[in-house]
Amino acid sequence: MLTKSTRDRAASFSRRGVLAATAGLMLGLASLTGAKAADDTIKVGVLHSLSGTMAISETTLKDTILFLIDEQNKKGGVLGKKLEAVVVDPASNWPLFAEKARELITKDKVSVVFGCWTSVSRKSVLPVFKELNNILFYPVQYEGEESERNVFYTGAAPNQQAIPAVDYLMKEEKVKRWVLAGTDYVYPRTTNKILEAYLKSKGVAQEDIMINYTPFGHSDWQTIVADIKKFGSAGKKTAVVSTINGDANVPFYKELGNQGIKAKDIPVVAFSVGEEELAGIDTKPLVGHLAAWNYFQSIKTKDGSNEKFIKDWQAYTKNPKRVTNDPMEAHVIGFAMWVKAVEKVKSTDPDKVIDALPGIEAPNLTGGVSKMLPNHHITKPVFIGEIKGNGQFDVVWKTPGLVAGDAWSKELDGSKDLIGDWVGKKCGNFNTKTNKCLGSGS
Amino acid sequence: MPANLPARLCSLLLSLLLIAFALPAFAGPFEDAVAKFANDDFSDTEEAVGVIASSGNKLAFPIISALQDGRLMADPDSKKVYVTGTDGKSIDAATGEAVASVPDSASAVRLNNRLRRSVDAALGSLTLQSPDVGTRLQAAQSVFKSHEETALEAVDAALAKESNKSVKTALGEARAAILLFKSDATEVEKLEAVATLKARGDQEAMALLTGMGDQPASVTKAAASAISSIQSSLAVWSTVQNAWYGLSLGSVLLLAAIGLAITFGVMGVINMAHGEMVMIGAYTTFVVQEVIRTRYPGLFDYSLLIAVPLAFLVAGAIGVLIERSIIRFLYGRPLETLLATWGLSLVLQQAVRTMFGPTNREVGNPSWMSGAFELGQITITYNRLWILCFTLAVFAILLAMLRYTALGLEMRAVTQNRRMAASMGIATSRVDALTFGLGSGIAGIAGVALSQIDNVSPNLGQSYIIDSFMVVVFGGVGNLWGTLVGAFTLGIANKFLEPVAGAVLGKIAILVLIILFIQKRPRGLFALKGRAVEA
Repeated sequence: MLTKSTRDRAASFSRRGVLAATAGLMLGLASLTGAKAADDTIKVGVLHSLSGTMAISETTLKDTILFLIDEQNKKGGVLGKKLEAVVVDPASNWPLFAEKARELITKDKVSVVFGCWTSVSRKSVLPVFKELNNILFYPVQYEGEESERNVFYTGAAPNQQAIPAVDYLMKEEKVKRWVLAGTDYVYPRTTNKILEAYLKSKGVAQEDIMINYTPFGHSDWQTIVADIKKFGSAGKKTAVVSTINGDANVPFYKELGNQGIKAKDIPVVAFSVGEEELAGIDTKPLVGHLAAWNYFQSIKTKDGSNEKFIKDWQAYTKNPKRVTNDPMEAHVIGFAMWVKAVEKVKSTDPDKVIDALPGIEAPNLTGGVSKMLPNHHITKPVFIGEIKGNGQFDVVWKTPGLVAGDAWSKELDGSKDLIGDWVGKKCGNFNTKTNKCLGSGS
Repeated sequence: MPANLPARLCSLLLSLLLIAFALPAFAGPFEDAVAKFANDDFSDTEEAVGVIASSGNKLAFPIISALQDGRLMADPDSKKVYVTGTDGKSIDAATGEAVASVPDSASAVRLNNRLRRSVDAALGSLTLQSPDVGTRLQAAQSVFKSHEETALEAVDAALAKESNKSVKTALGEARAAILLFKSDATEVEKLEAVATLKARGDQEAMALLTGMGDQPASVTKAAASAISSIQSSLAVWSTVQNAWYGLSLGSVLLLAAIGLAITFGVMGVINMAHGEMVMIGAYTTFVVQEVIRTRYPGLFDYSLLIAVPLAFLVAGAIGVLIERSIIRFLYGRPLETLLATWGLSLVLQQAVRTMFGPTNREVGNPSWMSGAFELGQITITYNRLWILCFTLAVFAILLAMLRYTALGLEMRAVTQNRRMAASMGIATSRVDALTFGLGSGIAGIAGVALSQIDNVSPNLGQSYIIDSFMVVVFGGVGNLWGTLVGAFTLGIANKFLEPVAGAVLGKIAILVLIILFIQKRPRGLFALKGRAVEA
């Protein structure tokens, strides 16, 4: 229809006119198809549990990615295209994580996935990301001992959280006796193994270390708190290093408060308790207990970046009391790095983006600049915060600079010679002693 | 002499200037120390606390107690430090003069744990002679904890004046703790100190004795015997403590299981949504507290009393609704009931998650449920004690209801022989609905109590459902007394196993024991006899 009427009209024009009209039409068509291509979006997968046990922590991260995509689209998107989030709910069900990841990559054709919280969910999706060659950004502090080509770890490795926290207690609080208390699963067990080796290398005797594991969702802490009290009355300064996970923390802290264990007597430093978790407890009895993270909401920045982020986030969620936390910041950094890498190679092709990511720098929310390392971990500052009465943290110590994340712990015999290097060696577990890549078999 | 005048003026000015400049130098160590608070540096603050506490200045106490409560404000720009009183009035910390207002740039001086300890020690020696008995006792205890030599004089002075018996004992113990660590104390003094600590006989005394370092041989020997005597008395107390913890855990298990003992035990419905009724009760408590917090803050201590009947009604109503709409079609089909109620539990969880959000909700402890008291050498927390009393009360009321009311009679009749009861004119379907509602309502009440010790999240119920089934099956299906005995047996067994085997293995061991027990006695501890069993 369009061509016919154009031709009809063109007939009344001169030859030159016809030429011009055709050229114009072609231009118009070109711009039309161009506009059609711009309508195409880049899809970003969000793989966080919105129901089940982990919904308590992961829902916020889903909101964070939606917020970041919204902000990026306001700035014009990426490569001239808008970003579109594809949100799925793996329902805290580990095998479902793998299924949903497959669905995101094959059906929805996402260019990148932001997701997972527990290590077991990450391990469950790993084969899928390898097989279908896609990218996963994993935002949570974890036990380390892993470096995969398709995964970028923006949370803390043990040397970016656990080890500095122990150092702080040793130096500042002169702690001589240690309780390592954790929930019985892979993250606390590996972290405690690393910490035990580290403490022993610092001359702490075996009888000054007490290791205690509890089941998921443990709620009766009477015996354990009494044991900690007893262990702490041996005449040496004692501290608790807690890798207690999720919901079990609230009854643990309540029991500590009720049995009158004050932070000035036996401080507890936690690796899984942040602003979100404290939102469910009255923190007055907990004042002085510690947490180690790479980010705290209360941190003041010179350039105001954290303050601006909090303001925008609260405006986006329409909740002036909504808190921010460390895994959120990890997503902020990871997202910014992915955007930069895509813009650098002008493509969302996973192979190109994976190769471009190491070396990419992005500002973190505490005033520094984090960098993606060849082992797919990032550099981060480490902060020790004390719980305040209002559910926030007061930073009492921080590392002088940024700490580079170790994929493989230097404290464990099995991994101290290993490095991850996806730039030079193209290997996630390269043994520097034997000069061999162990490959995916191990 | 006109030529002299300018020179004189000059010298006058000069001397004035000199005085003006010299003033800060005359300010003395106290004022210098106060100014250090403005540096926002933990070591400077610690130094300042030490100097001020020993300065003898009458401002020392207000400054340090303000520091402890976060009322000490420092302005980093002008290096001025202010004490804001609890009444809203402020003074300049260096001079004690009243100031109209604290500048906006001032912020509270920060503390860390090490500082909190030195603040406590400083306040302890400053308040040893306070007119208030409670303050004096606390002061003596904090001196005992810090046992710094500098406090010895203050302790001796206070000891000479003290008339209250318990404060006197505490002061004596504080003195003993100081002497034990004082390098130039005589052997006699040290032996006395060991004897005093032995008499105190608790973990803290033992901590001091084990950590006292090098001492004369006689002192070391006395300390060793004191330690072993304290240890043996503590071992006895630890058994008592385990028993108490067991009772407490048993009461929580019982509370969670009573409702199930009715729906599962009496009616025979495998109710997987039982935990969610507990959760609904906990969320009712949260809503009640929210309303009280915003509208009637004075009523906060009564929030739980208000929540108990409401939770019963809410959970009970939902229970009746479930029975009428789902369960009544599934009587006699246990497998379908199991699946249907399990699905229902997921629906209820997600509904609550959508309504209240996935994160934990804060349910506060009223003042009468916070804290603990010491009984001999064990610590008993008030919330656990109240929950034990509450559980026993709920159990007694339920038992009385089943025994003495018309509804109770009908319930027992229907569950014992449905057809016979129907022939007698009992509306069995109405009784079914009410019984299920009663079980659910009691689960709701349990939620009110559990909100005090666990977190209020959509997952709250899940963690209790397995334990509840365990208790009911172990105790004997259909017997409330069995549930009671079962709950306390499991609680106590768990708490005696936990210190030996650890929490994870302890739980596994209990499960294995129950499985073995069920092999021997398939009907549990108290099996129902008679025809009901065959029905």
